[in-house]
Amino acid sequence: MTLDDIKGILGALALTGRGDMEIDIGRAYCADLMSDVLAFSVTNSLLITGLTNAQVVRTAEVADIKAIVFVQNKRPDIQTIAMAEAKNIPLFVTELSMFDTCGRLYERGLRSQMGPTV
Amino acid sequence: MTGNSDGVFFLTGKDFANAGSASSNLKGILEKRGIPAEIIRRASIAAFEAEMNVIIYAVAGMMHYTITPETIKVVLQDMGPGIPDIGLAMQEGYSTAPDYIREMGFGSGMGLPNIKRNADKLTINSVVGEGTTVEFVISLERSGR
Repeated sequence: MTLDDIKGILGALALTGRGDMEIDIGRAYCADLMSDVLAFSVTNSLLITGLTNAQVVRTAEVADIKAIVFVQNKRPDIQTIAMAEAKNIPLFVTELSMFDTCGRLYERGLRSQMGPTV
Repeated sequence: MTGNSDGVFFLTGKDFANAGSASSNLKGILEKRGIPAEIIRRASIAAFEAEMNVIIYAVAGMMHYTITPETIKVVLQDMGPGIPDIGLAMQEGYSTAPDYIREMGFGSGMGLPNIKRNADKLTINSVVGEGTTVEFVISLERSGR
């Protein structure tokens, strides 16, 4: 599933200008607890979250997460968006709830993969 | 790049705008050395959790790293409240973080366990009222643990 597919499925808006929309996203992880993301997410995945602070982008960077979707139309501030641009981590925002965001992506075949440091 | 390299980053307590920048810089240094991505991820996650602990709990601290052909060693030394019971702090889910830290997505009691999970060796020394030193080592000599 590409980032472009994900954007379409979620009716999402891109908050960052750069980034390759054809990147293939094989896995996803959803959490508002960044330590859970650091413990359980897998590399090259999509992060779905309701948190919008700068630590979310930092977490994505250190955990090798490819892109972030913010749910419930929550938007990070401009400094956080700028940091994501600099780190080449595309950000998206959707009006969908976290449940519906995960549900729609799961329905279309996206899966999580639990494990400490896979 | 081979040989040894080391350096230090200074950390300021409650400076959430820059929280994570030391770990981000360390990640860049490890990438330049051509270290395998999975090892970099483990080192970056462990460093980030340890850095966040300093930012959340301490007044100030420093992150010192030493990279040799065999190991990545990271030492975080802080001037903070110290940890009264390290065994308790190592339990997943145990946290003393205030609510505003939890609202930022941290303080869920996974920090030290996450460091241990990613490091090959973890040493914690703490004196209540003075500060804490967290040292972790990641081996570069083998792919598994």
